Amino acid sequence: MTGETLHHAPGPSLRSLTQEIPVLIVDDLSKTYADGTQALAGINLSVHPGEIVALVGGSGCGKTTLLRLIAGLDQASGGCVQVDGETIREPHPDVGVVFQEARLLPWLDVADNVGFGLAGLTGFERRGRVVGALERIGLSEHADRWPRELSGGQQQRVAIARAFVTNPRVLLLDEPFSALDAFTRRDLHDQLLNLWGEAKPTILLVTHDVGEAVTLADRVVVMRPRPGRLDETIVIGPARPRDPVAAHHENAVRRVMAALDRSLRPAAAHQPLAPEDRATWW
Amino acid sequence: MRQGGRVGLGLVLPLALAIGWEIAIDTGLVSGRLLPPPSRIGATLLDLAASGDLLMHVQATLIRVGLGFLWGAAVGILAGGLVATLPTLRWLLDPSLQALRAVPSLAWVPLFILWFGILETPKVLLIAVGVFFPVYVGVSGAIASVDRKLIEVGRIFRLSRFGLAKRILLPAVLPATLVGLRTGLGLGFLFVVAAELMGASEGLGYLLVDGQQFGKPDQIVAAIIAFAAAGKLADLVLMTLTRPLTRWQDTERESL
Repeated sequence: MTGETLHHAPGPSLRSLTQEIPVLIVDDLSKTYADGTQALAGINLSVHPGEIVALVGGSGCGKTTLLRLIAGLDQASGGCVQVDGETIREPHPDVGVVFQEARLLPWLDVADNVGFGLAGLTGFERRGRVVGALERIGLSEHADRWPRELSGGQQQRVAIARAFVTNPRVLLLDEPFSALDAFTRRDLHDQLLNLWGEAKPTILLVTHDVGEAVTLADRVVVMRPRPGRLDETIVIGPARPRDPVAAHHENAVRRVMAALDRSLRPAAAHQPLAPEDRATWW
Repeated sequence: MRQGGRVGLGLVLPLALAIGWEIAIDTGLVSGRLLPPPSRIGATLLDLAASGDLLMHVQATLIRVGLGFLWGAAVGILAGGLVATLPTLRWLLDPSLQALRAVPSLAWVPLFILWFGILETPKVLLIAVGVFFPVYVGVSGAIASVDRKLIEVGRIFRLSRFGLAKRILLPAVLPATLVGLRTGLGLGFLFVVAAELMGASEGLGYLLVDGQQFGKPDQIVAAIIAFAAAGKLADLVLMTLTRPLTRWQDTERESL
């Protein structure tokens, strides 16, 4: 266990990335359900301001559970989550969430959906921010449409704008693109990075798409199941934009794949293996 | 234009039947003693309207339906809302209400007459009972089935309990509530007939009974037509008043 914890301490390359203190700290977090199933055990993670971290792992490894604990939607069984030094027990104003489904309110038009979290502002301020956000996601001419009149990709863009428009310090994305086709997904990756580029919120992205993780993230953290724990971390680095056909990109994808592969093996076989050992293991 | 065509097509059958019946009686093929021709029914309707009787009867019926509807709907919304949000109350009340719902509402008539006499109270109460159940079922079902995922959106944006109720629960349950109200209104018209058949000196139901007792089939049919028109009109008013509330759902249907 201790060896694993060391795995996630930010490496030297990340310390040089930012000198600031972490905005998000997950400290020895665990979650056990009422029926005794242990979903998460001993999760330690710290994320620095402006960093984009992707969480990848097989299904049932607790990615979504972890995100829900950080969002304050569910209660942890042990350990704690801190955002800006404040312990999270319920949803926090500095933490935004984009879910797997767009979850737009069907009775509000696109503009009102985007402005849903801006109830505290005056009408004038709210309109200004909504108009700006709609422009950036290219949906200005759809401002007065109903959500059901939009395509899946457009709906998810509205959901992303709704989360960004409140300027959260930390943004949690739970497989937000998994229901979309590959073209729409790439388009949304660009839009996400555009929006991120302005205020540079910290992003924690859960995904099962390794290509997506490597395209968007500064580092990729692999989770392993039963119970969910953090496994290896693959540092991608902060350089952007990324070229998905570049050699180092493909190399990074391969490294994440290999780490995922190792994470899915039974614990006894869970030793970093040299390439020739892997051949015999197969 | 296409919609006009469809409305026209729907009118073909009733018009053909009416004209056919008129001709059959005119040519002496049938006597029309028990089912008068459309012209005589129309004349009866006009007479009733000219004397002011029709308005008086329609008014009496509408007031009964209106009062029964208001009581039934108000209590139904209140009970549905409370039962759906307070589990203890649900376990306490819902089984009994479901049992009462299984009673055909007309079965209450003798009891209501015994308790409240034959004046307005039992009539309005009977209608209210009829309206109550679809509204109660609609509201409680709608609240129970509000998408948990949308409630989480409210939590993420840290809505207060009141904010959650106003900005998410209320709009989410509105469509099913309106369906319940509409069904309730339809049942209200069903029950007002029963209520007025149990003894009334005015109202469209009275016209029915009077027509039967004095052998005036034209008056019976005229009253039936007035019932249909009043019911349809009330439904139309309810739909028109509530349409803006569910515009986000309707546009698709309208454009079809």
